[in-house]
Amino acid sequence: MSKVYIALQDNDESRYLVEAIQADNPTAEILYMPAMIRIEAQNFLVVKRASVEEVMGRDWDVQEIHLNLITLGGNVDEDDEQLTLTWNQ
Amino acid sequence: MAAKKLNIKDKYRLLTRDLDWEFSYQDRKQAFPFEEFEGIKITDWSQWEDPFRLTMDAYWKYQAEKERKLYAIFDAFAQNNGQLNISDPRYVNALKIFLTGVSPLEYQAFQGFAHTGRQFSGVGARVACQMQAIDELRHVQTQIHAMSHYNKFFDGLQDWSHMHDRVWYLSVPKSFFNDARAAGPFEFMVAIGFSFEYVLTNLLFVPFMSGAAYNGDMATVTFGFSAQSDEARHMTLGLEVIKFLLEQHEDNIPIVQKWIDKWFWRGTRLLTIVAMMMDYMLPNKVMSWKEAWEVYFEEAGGALFKDLARYGIRMPKYADLIEQEKEHISHQAWWTFYTHGHAAGFHTWIPTDEELDWLSEKYPHTFDQYYRPRWELAKAMEAKGERFYTKALPQLCTTCQIPMLFTEMDDPTQIAYRESLYQGERYHFCSDGCKDIFDEEPEKYIHSWLPVHQIFQGQCGGPEVEDILRDYYRMNVGADNLDMKGSPDEARWKLWKGVA
Amino acid sequence: MSIEIKTATLEPVRQTYAHIERRFGNKPASRYQEATYDVQSETNFHYRPLWQPDLELNDPRRTQIVMQDWYALKDPRQFYYGAYVQQRAKMQEVAESNYAFFEKRDLARFLSESAKAQVMTYLVPLRHFEHTANLNNMYGAAYGYGTAITQALLFNGMDRLGMAQYLSRIGLILDANTGESLIQAKHQWLEADIWQGLRALCEQTLVTEDWFEVMVAQNLVMDTLMTDLVYRQLDHKLSESGAQDVGMLLEFMQLWNKEAQRWMDAVLKTTASESAANQTLLTQWVQKWRALAIQALQPLAEAMLDENALAQALADLDKRLAKSGI
Repeated sequence: MSKVYIALQDNDESRYLVEAIQADNPTAEILYMPAMIRIEAQNFLVVKRASVEEVMGRDWDVQEIHLNLITLGGNVDEDDEQLTLTWNQ
Repeated sequence: MAAKKLNIKDKYRLLTRDLDWEFSYQDRKQAFPFEEFEGIKITDWSQWEDPFRLTMDAYWKYQAEKERKLYAIFDAFAQNNGQLNISDPRYVNALKIFLTGVSPLEYQAFQGFAHTGRQFSGVGARVACQMQAIDELRHVQTQIHAMSHYNKFFDGLQDWSHMHDRVWYLSVPKSFFNDARAAGPFEFMVAIGFSFEYVLTNLLFVPFMSGAAYNGDMATVTFGFSAQSDEARHMTLGLEVIKFLLEQHEDNIPIVQKWIDKWFWRGTRLLTIVAMMMDYMLPNKVMSWKEAWEVYFEEAGGALFKDLARYGIRMPKYADLIEQEKEHISHQAWWTFYTHGHAAGFHTWIPTDEELDWLSEKYPHTFDQYYRPRWELAKAMEAKGERFYTKALPQLCTTCQIPMLFTEMDDPTQIAYRESLYQGERYHFCSDGCKDIFDEEPEKYIHSWLPVHQIFQGQCGGPEVEDILRDYYRMNVGADNLDMKGSPDEARWKLWKGVA
Repeated sequence: MSIEIKTATLEPVRQTYAHIERRFGNKPASRYQEATYDVQSETNFHYRPLWQPDLELNDPRRTQIVMQDWYALKDPRQFYYGAYVQQRAKMQEVAESNYAFFEKRDLARFLSESAKAQVMTYLVPLRHFEHTANLNNMYGAAYGYGTAITQALLFNGMDRLGMAQYLSRIGLILDANTGESLIQAKHQWLEADIWQGLRALCEQTLVTEDWFEVMVAQNLVMDTLMTDLVYRQLDHKLSESGAQDVGMLLEFMQLWNKEAQRWMDAVLKTTASESAANQTLLTQWVQKWRALAIQALQPLAEAMLDENALAQALADLDKRLAKSGI
């Protein structure tokens, strides 16, 4: 088991993203650092469009995550519905 | 007829992947001539998995939004004289290293990815490289713009481009990227796309930029994080390249492993300068170099290599040595710059007592034993008005071009020296890693433009060091170099802040 | 404690970077200037490229054109990355709303079979032409000299990828997202007689070594002719026959071509006026590629439009050449 992670800029939009991520990844760990929020999980993490739309109350395109993204670790798979990070181990 | 909705993968594939064709009128190999000489075997480019599926219209839209936000902050920063909000004027010296040493690498990355973005005969990989090329141009330009305001109020940033091509310590980053660009297109991708982007740039852009935020530098943290959001795409490309090469042919595995060994070693040597920036040049500390290394290299890199093990790829050679070095390199590097501070384009200083205590706490196994005594000695000499500068020019490692400052890890009081004989000439190295790299491709490395050799050969003017600094490097001697104490930077800061 | 700062103490030490000051004087510089001039490394390269060991990594000798200062080739649009993407974002917003409107109102159903066939036969295969233009501009971005020209070529290359994608979308609109139109278009490109001249010409540019010559062949000769034939004459023909809605899908390319021509003309004018040798070289290249293009495009122009179409396009090219002093 290894950690996948995603780091977001600490801003208003990211707060919604974090809320959605937390809901879909209950075991994920949220770390607040200067100007950034780092979210870690064991082997797998998902950001779901539907969940983000629900907390934001508007349409949200998965590619919009790039506006607030700082970095990530893990194998990335992105489609219309979600972005996933995975380690195959 | 109702159109079926296309998902993003199918849409991207249809819009992009079939643009290419088999030639009928020319030899296609002549249009893509550099794909074979490295020995890499590609059996089917169509197996390429697109890491992200950004079409150009989406790219323009999202990138324009990022740029609007970024430039709004640059404007506000300049209009409000944001430089007054930084924690301490010493901090700006890290930015001087950044602009003279790192930003030109972004430019070389643009050039390198433009090269692969033209040369790969598979359209998927090619387009991914092109998008990285334009992102890299973005990075160098936003960095120039972010530093533009600092340049108006601090010394040492003004001739960054001229300096990058000439100054002794800047040949370290420059030669690193020259090396990658001079290699074949696949080695370039493993060097920069994978080794550098995937693991090593995080160390520069994430903890260091977080440090910029912690030191009140809005302009830098904003470009740093905004750039890093592109980097997430680049990292994914880097990982995709490796997986693709390894899946294409088993003969690729030993070649890729050799490149990984080379470029992780070269990369860790390059990051010595970032280690020093984090431990010594950020007045407000976020985390130590050692801690950053553990999070971003050992943990993240470890997970990565576990993932790659199924292809038969192992951890880079000397990973165990690298692990020991995290306790030492920042201290060894800052001491070297402190003692050569008359010849550097930025200011150096003795850490404050509070900072020395922080270093003792963060480096319990090494700092008090090996490094603190040096600073105590430097403090005593400075108190007597005898600020110490080494007059001799340092000997450089032929491969990484860093002065011989690294020690043996089993004896941190003993400087490490290695050497190789090639065609009757003796070449010197800082480590087994750098010697291995040379021995593998001596014909390449004997052409290195080693700044100290060039000075001795009279290629950089002179005869005095000060003549070289002034005439060849175009430094403003007495303003750009020497100690922070007594510098014009310090004097102006005190004036702005109304302190004596 | 906050201390009020007298404005006098906050006078800048200098107005801009030293290399910008050497060129333009000690005054505040534009973002274009700071992002462009002298950014590319000039000297003291460490290793010769394994893939081209007779030249340096950055080397002005990758073309026969000689410029005393490659930064003379400035971009009249003053595009650095930020200015560029923001300009394109505006254009794509309009294009997006045009494409969305076209799809939502299903304007394709008002197109006659003949109009549809023309779009499929003449417009969609151009995605392969745009792709060639992408490669040719990337070529200059990679091997050209000086940021002024290489960044503009990079932007141009990415634009061409964008336009290849827009043209593909036109196909997808007409084939209800099956991708059938793209297969047909590729078949046209590979097999149909009318396209073989242009395809051969594209392949020839892709194996041409001098990056400046490639730029002239692509961005001046081929683009001028194709722009006039497709985005002016074919657009007009479609519009006259009741297929004016297709024009909405071409607006991006039309605007873009106008803008890109302004840049290319400025670059060529400066290059030609630098020396007689440059002018001779440019003239030779134009003659060579103009002659090749006439041969290549005649069948396409005739089938797509009529026998006079190419002559009109050539007149447009010659007008541009005269303006640029070639």
